[in-house]
Amino acid sequence: GHINHTIFWTNLSPNGGGEPQGELSEAIKRDFGSFQKMKEKMSAATVAVQGSGWGWLGFDKDSGRLRIAACGNQDPLQGTTGLVPLLGIDVWEHAYYLQYKNVRPDY
Amino acid sequence: MCRFGYVRRCAATLNPILGAVASRQKHTLPDLPYDYGALEPHICAEIMQLHHSKHHATYVNNLNVTEEKYQEALAKGDVTAQVSLQPALKFNGGGHINHAIFWTNLSPNGGGEPQGKLLEAIKRDFGSFQKMKDKISAATVAVQGSGWGWLGFDKDSGRLRIAACANQDPLQGTTGLIPLLGIDVWEHAYYLQYKNVRPDYVKAIWNVVNWENVSERLQAAKK
Repeated sequence: GHINHTIFWTNLSPNGGGEPQGELSEAIKRDFGSFQKMKEKMSAATVAVQGSGWGWLGFDKDSGRLRIAACGNQDPLQGTTGLVPLLGIDVWEHAYYLQYKNVRPDY
Repeated sequence: MCRFGYVRRCAATLNPILGAVASRQKHTLPDLPYDYGALEPHICAEIMQLHHSKHHATYVNNLNVTEEKYQEALAKGDVTAQVSLQPALKFNGGGHINHAIFWTNLSPNGGGEPQGKLLEAIKRDFGSFQKMKDKISAATVAVQGSGWGWLGFDKDSGRLRIAACANQDPLQGTTGLIPLLGIDVWEHAYYLQYKNVRPDYVKAIWNVVNWENVSERLQAAKK
């Protein structure tokens, strides 16, 4: 929980949004086809989490590729899968319920 | 001629099966036995409305969809598809079972203490009603992530037991215990009112526990 949330706060910004640039953008295109495809794949995996958990964009050091993964509860990405966490999306209900109620896809 | 007769006999036996498949009854959302605001101030109306009409309803809908796909996979003999559908069956099936029990476990006329045979069983298996409440409350609050606390009946030993299940894992299907009383601690069950303070919600819910329903479930479980 501590690891995940510490990453999460830095993953977000009031100046955020838009599109990735540079090497990140190249890697996304290479590993997913396009930024839009990566967003859709990650969104689907994140919304589909059963119960509490996180969606992740991670880096696989062995293959040098970006990968999408989901973890249950507070299972930390690197400790449980070896993937290096880049971007996490918290879908524990406390992350969105007061504002989005049951409509996780809107969040 | 023999082959023709064989085909006709097969068709005759097959049709009732196909008929049964086509007319499989869908699961439906049970009505709440009381108004959405009936459990206030312990569980607020907004929670009850979302919990019943959105969360439980979604489990019912998704269970029906998944069962239909599962039936197709069975008909085709596609074991890979069957296995891939099993998490959705457990999740949505468990969600439907759990919430259907939960609504009956609560009542605006609830609270107080259990009576009769249920009380005897609680005293025998936990020492006292208070000790049982403390034990199930602790187990329920301690659930990591989403899940449920349960008071269940163990048919083998004839004893009451406390258990916790993760996500929507149904008590009987996963542990064999027969569910008597469940406490939902998915955050959607309390967050709008209690925010992160799960212990306050678990403390408050005792005011609306329907001990008659729990007793009925125990009676039925013993049969």
